[in-house]
Amino acid sequence: MNGVSVILKRELLSYFATPLAYVFIFIFLVLSGVFTFYLGNFFEREQADLTPFFSFHPWLYLFLVPAISMRLWSEERKTGTIELLMTLPVSRIDAVLGKFLAAWLFAGFALLLTFPLWITVNYLGDPDNGVIFTSYLGSFLMAGGFLAIGSCMSALTRSQVIAFIGCGIVCLLFVLAGFQMVTGLLRDWLPLFLVDTIASLSFLMHFSAVSRGVVGLADLVYFLSMIGVWLAATVVVLEIKQAD
Amino acid sequence: MLEVSHLHKQFGDLTAINDISFKLVPGEILGFLGPNGAGKSTTMKVITGFLAPSSGTVTVWGCDVATDPLGAQKHLGYLPEGAPLYEEMTPRTFLAFIAEVRGITGAESADRIRSVVSTMSLEAVLDQRIETLSKGFKRRVGLAQAILHDPDVLILDEPTDGLDPVQKHHVREMIQGLSKDKIVIISTHILEEVTAVCSRAIIIAGGSVLADCTPDELESRSRYHLATTIRFSGEEQLNTHRDALSTLEDVSGTDVSASSVELTLFPGETEGSSQRVAQQAVEYLRGHDADVTGIFQERGRLDEVFREITGLEVRH
Repeated sequence: MNGVSVILKRELLSYFATPLAYVFIFIFLVLSGVFTFYLGNFFEREQADLTPFFSFHPWLYLFLVPAISMRLWSEERKTGTIELLMTLPVSRIDAVLGKFLAAWLFAGFALLLTFPLWITVNYLGDPDNGVIFTSYLGSFLMAGGFLAIGSCMSALTRSQVIAFIGCGIVCLLFVLAGFQMVTGLLRDWLPLFLVDTIASLSFLMHFSAVSRGVVGLADLVYFLSMIGVWLAATVVVLEIKQAD
Repeated sequence: MLEVSHLHKQFGDLTAINDISFKLVPGEILGFLGPNGAGKSTTMKVITGFLAPSSGTVTVWGCDVATDPLGAQKHLGYLPEGAPLYEEMTPRTFLAFIAEVRGITGAESADRIRSVVSTMSLEAVLDQRIETLSKGFKRRVGLAQAILHDPDVLILDEPTDGLDPVQKHHVREMIQGLSKDKIVIISTHILEEVTAVCSRAIIIAGGSVLADCTPDELESRSRYHLATTIRFSGEEQLNTHRDALSTLEDVSGTDVSASSVELTLFPGETEGSSQRVAQQAVEYLRGHDADVTGIFQERGRLDEVFREITGLEVRH
């Protein structure tokens, strides 16, 4: 476990060594504010909850998470430091985990910085803070899923642009799989059980379940296994094409 | 102990390494020579466990790199080609990171870092971001990283590439100064480096070992080995004496250097002929009052041997 924590620490520090971290946090906070107040009609709804804030998270993450994950492995490939990292006495699994956890913690930190919204809604009314808490948890877990996909996409290429687009597209598929318009369309073509299976793989379904305030075991298992599967895929990708 | 046995590496249709085997014992400094694309870097990547071989095994201090890469990597210090570094870090944080990964902590870590920083003269740039450093400093940070844990086996891929002559000298001194129970492999295409630091030289080309011997033996393969070279004051002088010198006993041939003032006399095959050629040449030059600025016996020209062995002929 020493390997994981050392890699994690280095990665996390390197986020803050470049403007990337600050730019990301700034854009994340501005956009989540814009979405909540303008698109989500936070005030007009006159309800003391954060639904308008959280409901845009899947879409917000679609282009913000790839921005964090794209550099995870692509940059190492591009600069050649992957050769340094992989010849240090650190196992591939530890390296993948350490990097992923650093990115996840960073995303979690950005999410925490949205706390003024929570204060606002508590100041304006009397929201169900339990629901808000599980929504935060759901959003964090979803960010983890997105990041795990991004980690795998980043391991595939030395180009950060390709890693960004790849992550965006795969995440979009996993979001859309549960989108009503898409499931409606699929229903005409596929048997119901397949449509349900596809929909159950969607981030959207599990995230909306959690953000209603119920953290079901199925949702937890879903998010954690998404993360596990995609990180395992990252390890395999690195094993197959480490030197490319 | 480091043992490489019957190593093969195939990239699609390209054979990068074709049956390379060698064994190194502590104290040996191996120079890995070869033209660009010969398979030097690939071999090093396989030894360090970065690349898996297509077949064959590498054993480092008893650890098989394929089955126990972490065990082998603990014994290894490695400077990859081009000295890649985490550019957003400073040498201080970078070296601290390497120490931590290698499980060196606390006072020992501080000691080791201080020691490599002074060996590599990095004091002045310790808190400067690596991306702002000159090529020479970057290379030295890479070297510092490789020797931080005082490894048993040190593998350096073109360690002096991009360094100025003073820095090159420092690096060679550092390598020679390593204690005698270490194994060092350096790859280079600078031939003097091999005679300067290595106790053994392996020349590879096209993925195969073409020569495996000491630098001295390599030199003795040269046509110029123990040949007598006379430097005249001018072309005219050389032409006056050339015919007489080339008919001296035991001289098997002559050559005039590109600068047209140096005449090389090649000795014959018989025992002691190189010495006789030198003595006779000196006597002749004295006797004929030739205007000579220097006379010396050649050690052998490595570049010529290198070209001959690798089959890269000179094109004039």
